[in-house]
Amino acid sequence: MDNQLQTSERFKPPKTRRDFLGLLAAWSAIAAFVMAILGAFRLPMPSVFPESDSRAKLGKPKQFTVGAQTYFAKQRLWLYRDEAGFHALSSVCTHLGCIAERLDDGQFSCPCHGSKFDEAGRVKGGPAPKGLIWVELSVSPEGWLVADTLKEVTPGTKLLA
Amino acid sequence: MAETDMKNQPSDAKPSEAKPSGRAIGEPGAVRDFAGNLAGTPRTFRQTLIRHGTPTSDRAKSQAVFTNFFLHLLPTRTHLHAIKATTTLGLGVATLVLFVLLCVTGVLLMVYYKPSVEGAYGSMLDIMHVVPTGNLMRNVHRWGAHAMVACLMLHMARVFYTAAYKSPREFNWVLGMLLFVVTLGLSFTGYLLPWDQLAFWAVTIGANIAQSPQELTDALGVTSVFDVGRMQKEVLLGAHYVGQEALIRFYVLHVMVLPIVASILIAVHFWRIRKDGGLARPASADTADSGGAATADMTPALKTYGLMAVMKDKTPVVNREMRNTIMTWPNVIYVIGAVTMVTTLAMLVLGMWFDAPLREMANPAVPENPAKAPWYFLGLQELVSYSAFMGGVGIPAIVVLGLALVPYLDREREDVGVWFSGAQGRRVTLGSMVFAVLVVVGMLWFTVRNGWLRNWEATAHVPQIVITFFNPGTVFVLLFALWSVAVVKITRSTRMGAIALFTCFLVGFVILTYFATVHRGPNWDFYWSQAEWPVH
Repeated sequence: MDNQLQTSERFKPPKTRRDFLGLLAAWSAIAAFVMAILGAFRLPMPSVFPESDSRAKLGKPKQFTVGAQTYFAKQRLWLYRDEAGFHALSSVCTHLGCIAERLDDGQFSCPCHGSKFDEAGRVKGGPAPKGLIWVELSVSPEGWLVADTLKEVTPGTKLLA
Repeated sequence: MAETDMKNQPSDAKPSEAKPSGRAIGEPGAVRDFAGNLAGTPRTFRQTLIRHGTPTSDRAKSQAVFTNFFLHLLPTRTHLHAIKATTTLGLGVATLVLFVLLCVTGVLLMVYYKPSVEGAYGSMLDIMHVVPTGNLMRNVHRWGAHAMVACLMLHMARVFYTAAYKSPREFNWVLGMLLFVVTLGLSFTGYLLPWDQLAFWAVTIGANIAQSPQELTDALGVTSVFDVGRMQKEVLLGAHYVGQEALIRFYVLHVMVLPIVASILIAVHFWRIRKDGGLARPASADTADSGGAATADMTPALKTYGLMAVMKDKTPVVNREMRNTIMTWPNVIYVIGAVTMVTTLAMLVLGMWFDAPLREMANPAVPENPAKAPWYFLGLQELVSYSAFMGGVGIPAIVVLGLALVPYLDREREDVGVWFSGAQGRRVTLGSMVFAVLVVVGMLWFTVRNGWLRNWEATAHVPQIVITFFNPGTVFVLLFALWSVAVVKITRSTRMGAIALFTCFLVGFVILTYFATVHRGPNWDFYWSQAEWPVH
């Protein structure tokens, strides 16, 4: 006993095959445990969302005259039609998800932390990190104007319909 | 005191001797024994339940603590310093009592509460207006939650200012920080459950804070490949917006996951107090009164179970007076009982006199204006109004990590258990308070009056990343850090630097909380009082 104790203090004995296999077993068990934990955390990450169909019919294009500005409360978006075509701005504030209010001059103001956006959704003030989202618009085969609230287009993109 | 006592049962507690077998069938002795046992059952049952006699002798008092599952966390004798009112102010026990009260009232509320978008708000109304004692239970639950956060923070300040985080208690301080985070998590998850307007919008804001690392990944241009913000939000909500999935997730976290995590952490936290040698006390507490030697048996290195049966040295200390200590039973039990009763009474009185608020039912189409979080998150809400990422994720992470690391960065051993570590510490605390008040009030005044980068002509179009890292919130943190480094340099003491930093953050927290509570109105604009809010 004493002898062993003294040797181990003086120098590290070389690893034997048994030590190696022991370490291998220990690390395999640790790896398996970590993978199991990670695997368990896969469950709460949804693969299908309750809002999976994020598309909504807004109406027939001819319903909206040039210059029309319409709000869709459920989709939280403003639909505009001008000479260049249709575009839709999401009123969900890019800061922390409140709904920005559209003021009389067409600019947006968020009630939660005072972010300000201009008519085109560009940030004018406050903490918002980026401009309001331009929502993807399309025309369905049946001729409906459809907005997909989870899809974004480059600001300035307009739909001719 | 010695562990071996546990095995020695007092002679009067022995159950009646078993009779030798081999009695002839029909002999009357067995029936007589049976009748005697039956008559004696109440007594023998009590003797098996409580194996020591009435705690009148020191030995029985010692056993009352030692052989009781719930009390064995306490030592049989407790240092006098530990039950002085100014040592702990009873804050740790009060926090535990509040946790227990919250568990009890919470389980009662669960009897009627329905975690569904359709049912939640209605069940809240039922609890408030129909369920017998439902309103009181809900009030106690709500005020208890507020009180628990308050007691926990005050307890943290007490531990900090009495330098009780120092060796060997470093890790227990870390456990305390974990409990702080878990408690805030419990508050936040509970906030959604009433499903009223405030709940819905406060949690919408919270979930988007979880998403705010996008501010950083967007600036780096890596959001499309590595979108940790979106991942966090999706795990939290189970959807893109707050809805049924979010409600059930918050419910599971609130009534199951977090209480279990908290219970385990609390158990370890309390166990370690004992293993670390009881409550921190100054060296003078051992020598002052009786002028004798230190009570060696109270130091962890000499505890019998500290030997762990691996050495032959350091036998249990005998024949040494346990100076400055008193019997735990009944002295400490009285103190704990008193704190428990005062805390419970306070919650009951609050619950009977003040009703917990409930707004109109959640309406995803119209945000509450202003949508204010509970008070302990309002300081953060002021910070997120500068930058969602730094205010909601960056600065809280820096503060929690910074606080958790304090015992590892300040390893001076002097003045443990002394409030503010003496006169110099009191001066540093006062100086830091003045400094922090000037910095925070000055920055708030400047920001309210002049706005920030985006409001100025020359910098109106700076990239978001500049605002993320350079805003009033990050300026506070930087100034606090510089101040603390300066204090370390001037006083040549890491403890003084730690006091400076902690005081700055405490003052910052208090002022920001007050400011956001009183002076922020609709659109997060500045108002002197709520009376000035525009009518809408």
